[in-house]
Amino acid sequence: MDLELMINSFPKLLSAALITLKLLSVSLIIGLFIGLFFAILRLQKNILINKFAYGYSYVFRGTPLLVQIFIIYFGLGQIEYLRSTILWTILKEPYWCAIIAFALNTGAYTSEILRSAFQTIKPGIVEAGKSLGISNKVIFYKIQIPIAIRQSLPAYGNEIILMMKGTSLASTVTLMDLTGVAKYIISTTFKPIEVFIVAGGIYLFMTFIIHNLIKFLEKKYSY
Amino acid sequence: MELLAFGDTGWGDELFYATLMTIAVSITAMFIGFIFALIFTPLKLSKNKFLNFIANSYTTIIRGVPELLVIYLFFFGGTGAVMFVASIFGYNEYIEINAFITGAFAIGIISGAYSTEVFRGAIQSIDKGQFEAANVLGLSKFGKFFKIILPQTLRLAIPNLSNVWQITLKDTSLISVTGLVEIMRQSYIAAGSTRDPLFFYSFAAVLYLLLTFVSMKLINRLEVKYSRGY
Repeated sequence: MDLELMINSFPKLLSAALITLKLLSVSLIIGLFIGLFFAILRLQKNILINKFAYGYSYVFRGTPLLVQIFIIYFGLGQIEYLRSTILWTILKEPYWCAIIAFALNTGAYTSEILRSAFQTIKPGIVEAGKSLGISNKVIFYKIQIPIAIRQSLPAYGNEIILMMKGTSLASTVTLMDLTGVAKYIISTTFKPIEVFIVAGGIYLFMTFIIHNLIKFLEKKYSY
Repeated sequence: MELLAFGDTGWGDELFYATLMTIAVSITAMFIGFIFALIFTPLKLSKNKFLNFIANSYTTIIRGVPELLVIYLFFFGGTGAVMFVASIFGYNEYIEINAFITGAFAIGIISGAYSTEVFRGAIQSIDKGQFEAANVLGLSKFGKFFKIILPQTLRLAIPNLSNVWQITLKDTSLISVTGLVEIMRQSYIAAGSTRDPLFFYSFAAVLYLLLTFVSMKLINRLEVKYSRGY
């Protein structure tokens, strides 16, 4: 055990963990909107829209996240047309490519979580709203969405932790996140176990915090 | 399309073998995972606090740390560990371990943590009466486990194990960082030499979709088989 290396690498890894958290939070926020959008599409009666939303979640849940990042980072740059548009300013940055891939990926899982949450809402609740003369829009925003969010909290907590682990793939497109820095230190010092303990410890700590945060929210919004 | 031709002119045969490699690694990893689950599930269910603690640390650490980090640990640490063991026996040359074995082992340990949780849940949800009835019938410990508990556990576990299989299959793409030529690595090589990453990575995505689709169909059949009588 090389304790000195562990102590020395800790601050480097900790500052890299901030990048991991940044990647995680930005992609989760974007992914939540994507997920909500596609969950609503899944609840539509129009078969075409329904199938489209199902296809989206099927493709993104059925392929590895690594493929998705590589398609966006290496693949999209190949299209000449894209290079001339304003989108290119975003797509040439590995940071944004990673975030787009993460957001689309977590969006697919979130849409499934939210869809099943919407479907478990008892019809009686919606009917009660209707009989009180509340408009459909208000029923949706003020009754269905809050209930769905509460229902999906446990599953969404798991998704956050999975996504946190997913952000480690950002290191494959040159970003120096926690895993990227850990790999760099391992490959320069050849002390994999020490670095693994420190980096893994930081990841576990973040998992612990997220887990307890979700538990707290579950308790707060339970009924 | 000529990019996918078989033979020297295209990448069809290479990608075909790479797909077989992905399947082989996934199955090996899943199998190693089962062995780990076989060891750790009883520990999780045991009344001994210390054994509980060991099993819980295993599943918590593995499920809380990114797969890629675990793979790096095995990739960089595996050689050192094997060489250390070899040096005890007086062998001091450089040993390179097979990327297949390292990769399958790393993914297997991850898959094992998920499998352990699945088996634990399945065994815990079996009615207590089943254990008691088996005892009353005077079945041996062996007979009780293999004839009564295991068939019921499998029925409950298969839907969740199919999720574990999907996770394992997708995780094998990460082994490509160690240089094992599976779908992802082969696509990377092909994309590099043809300068057509969009096509090859999209094709890799299609291959993975195909694999998940076919395995889902097969697992559904298993599910039907083990659910007969219900």
